[in-house]
Amino acid sequence: MIQKLSMPEGIEKGFVETHVDERHIVEMPTAVHEELEREPTVIDVEGFDLWYGEKQALFGVSMKIPERKVTALIGPSGCGKSTLLRSMNRLNDLIAGVRMSGDIRLHGDSILAKGTDVIGLRKRTGMVFQKSNPFPKSIYENVIFPLRIDGISNRKLLDQVVERSLRRSALYDEVKERIHDSALGLSGGQQQRLCIARAIAADPEVLLMDEPCSALDPIATLKIEELILELKKDFSVIIVTHNMQQAARVSDYTAFMYLGRLIEYGPTTEIFQRPRRPETSDYVRGRFG
Amino acid sequence: MNALRRATRISARGEPGVWLLAAGLVTAALMIAGLLGLILYQGFRTFWPREILLIRQKDGPPLLGDVSREDLYKKSEGAVADGAADSGYARRLLIRVGNYDLYGEDFRWVAEDRITGIESPPHAVLVERDAWGPFLGFLGAVQVEGKTVSGGPEEAWEMLRTKHPEARALREKIRELEEGEIADLHGALEDNRLALRRVEMKHGAGSAEYASARSRIEEENARIEAKFAALAEEAAKLKAEDSRHTVLLTDVGGLEKTIPASEIVRIHRPNSLGFVEKLKVYASRWWEFLADQPREANTEGGIFPALFGTVLMTMILALAVAPFGVLAALYLREYAKQGILVSAVRIAVNNLAGVPSIVFGVFGLGFFCYIVGGSIDRFFFPEKLPSPTFGTGGLLWASLTLALMTAPVVIVATEEALAAVPRSMREGAYACGASKWQTLRRIVIPKALPGILTGMILAMARGAGEVAPLMITGVVKLAHELPIDGEFPYFHLNRSFMHLGFHIYDVGFQSRNAEAGKPMVFTTTLLLITVVLAMNLAVIAVRARLKRKYAVGHF
Repeated sequence: MIQKLSMPEGIEKGFVETHVDERHIVEMPTAVHEELEREPTVIDVEGFDLWYGEKQALFGVSMKIPERKVTALIGPSGCGKSTLLRSMNRLNDLIAGVRMSGDIRLHGDSILAKGTDVIGLRKRTGMVFQKSNPFPKSIYENVIFPLRIDGISNRKLLDQVVERSLRRSALYDEVKERIHDSALGLSGGQQQRLCIARAIAADPEVLLMDEPCSALDPIATLKIEELILELKKDFSVIIVTHNMQQAARVSDYTAFMYLGRLIEYGPTTEIFQRPRRPETSDYVRGRFG
Repeated sequence: MNALRRATRISARGEPGVWLLAAGLVTAALMIAGLLGLILYQGFRTFWPREILLIRQKDGPPLLGDVSREDLYKKSEGAVADGAADSGYARRLLIRVGNYDLYGEDFRWVAEDRITGIESPPHAVLVERDAWGPFLGFLGAVQVEGKTVSGGPEEAWEMLRTKHPEARALREKIRELEEGEIADLHGALEDNRLALRRVEMKHGAGSAEYASARSRIEEENARIEAKFAALAEEAAKLKAEDSRHTVLLTDVGGLEKTIPASEIVRIHRPNSLGFVEKLKVYASRWWEFLADQPREANTEGGIFPALFGTVLMTMILALAVAPFGVLAALYLREYAKQGILVSAVRIAVNNLAGVPSIVFGVFGLGFFCYIVGGSIDRFFFPEKLPSPTFGTGGLLWASLTLALMTAPVVIVATEEALAAVPRSMREGAYACGASKWQTLRRIVIPKALPGILTGMILAMARGAGEVAPLMITGVVKLAHELPIDGEFPYFHLNRSFMHLGFHIYDVGFQSRNAEAGKPMVFTTTLLLITVVLAMNLAVIAVRARLKRKYAVGHF
């Protein structure tokens, strides 16, 4: 288990000046609403710190992500919400000079412990990115990619998975005629839904979404949002978003992050209507960010 | 008028910059077009039948030949005529008179002001023959055993046209006999000698095994000798038949020359050929050029062995450099920890591309031929030593040397192609639980493949046109055997081979008569460029297919 580190000194250095008192933020613990206590947990983040080289990006983040709910991470640019999300499947490992401490547990299994099977971990999570990234393969091959790399070649099983995943991502009816055509011929919104189908093809325990609609037009965005509401029946969804209306529309719980810290975490309606911390209140009312 | 509202300065609009760019492009394009134009014009012109002229001079014998080129020259002091009209310069013509066996030279300069008359004799013949270069003159008679069997020259011409193919076929039969069965017997004798030598090396010259092997092989050799004698007799008979038929030719001055009818490759009267007949001669010469062996120290005949050698060498080069360069680049870009060491390696690889190719040739000779090839000889072909098998220049070593030389091109191109694969593509694969190797194999490499093939194109183009390193690692002026033939084990990668690039150098600068070889230089260059272009087009077609496959379209 990685040793928990105390807050390093001089953390204020290099922060953007805002009217919010940074010292206040550093000292205040996260305001966690009581409703979360009653939910079963899928991911448990505990005292998580992360550095990019010398620069610390996350400071002692602790949060329990509830199962089969949509949890939104909001906050201004650079607040560390994407970093936190990408830590949950250790995609940050690809960046040189990343260090982490604290712990993140997926259904009780630590994912940061030494000797963690990172590849196995990523198979238990699905991820959708800001910009859709279908592989230069057919639609069919895109969806079954997670199964292909496991060496599954049972045609019947693969066909089933493709149909089920595409139906779940509300793409099946649009593409069933050209399922063996290149995925790159799809529209932007369709490509993103294909990426969702790919992410859920291997039945992951959580679905991580990193601003999945930021590159889409309003209609495609609406479709994805409807899809997220469907998906939460089967999956625990964590979504990073810049768009507060989106967070309000799709999420059950919202976590507000600022300057690398988790400021407030609670039911979405509470966060937007009765925030407990003044920073949250300022942000959701659009006074900064 | 508003002081701020004034016309944008021309320099701000960038017009002069655009002109400069355009000028640069036009210069480059013109130079390339000029070079290609020259090669195309000269290369295609070589085989077109040219008119044979009879040139009468003021003082001296008449000449019969075709005009090779003309130029201006400065007349000597004494030759300048009085009067302001004479500039001191005159035109002169270079006439190909041929008949090297009679005159000792193929070309003559004739000053224009010494010419008194030019005629175009309709019966003048151009004889292309197996030895001594072209003969220009007139057909005298067709002879059998030294006796003239034809009437006048016209009858001789008709007779020769019907008998010539038979004579050629007979000569071809003799050649096949000598290079086929008789050469096979020589090979069998050599094999026996080597087998005996193997036994000797294994058991010693005094052993019982050696004695029994020796008696067995001597017996076998005696049988081979007997067969050999029979074949030699048959060949002698055919040759006697062949030498019965001769042709009497006369030059413009009346000198006579008798040659075997079968020695004539092609005979025609250029001055009385119609367009279609000229076209036939042209096509027949092209066919000979592409499909036959060279003759006359490479200045005439075909270049098939060189064409074959070039294509084969480039293919082996591509086969060798592709895995080598791609694997190196993959490790360098994807696995090696980026740091000072890797940067140093990368710089070294890039600089390797700037090393003079002759240096690679010297390295190839020392490393591949002597060290690697020498070791192979010691372990696998000890009975042939001291004559080397792999321990000398050969097709394989030349190809590997060029592969080494072109590896930087492939490595750099592959690295660029890998770097150009979007990060989001890799992240998507990793997020699906793919390992690094799976991500590379299934996503990154397919996506980078068109870029890798671009590197292959550059490497092949460079390799195919290279001459210097080949000269010391396996290319020869004249190779009697192709690297692939029907003799076991079919691929003889140890054989030395011919190459179009070296052929150009050899014909243009190393032959007895550079002037005679010049048209061949252009034609061979044309062919080399065509070969490189064809191979590049093949790879480009593959790349276009891949691009379609991995970009948009169908699977």
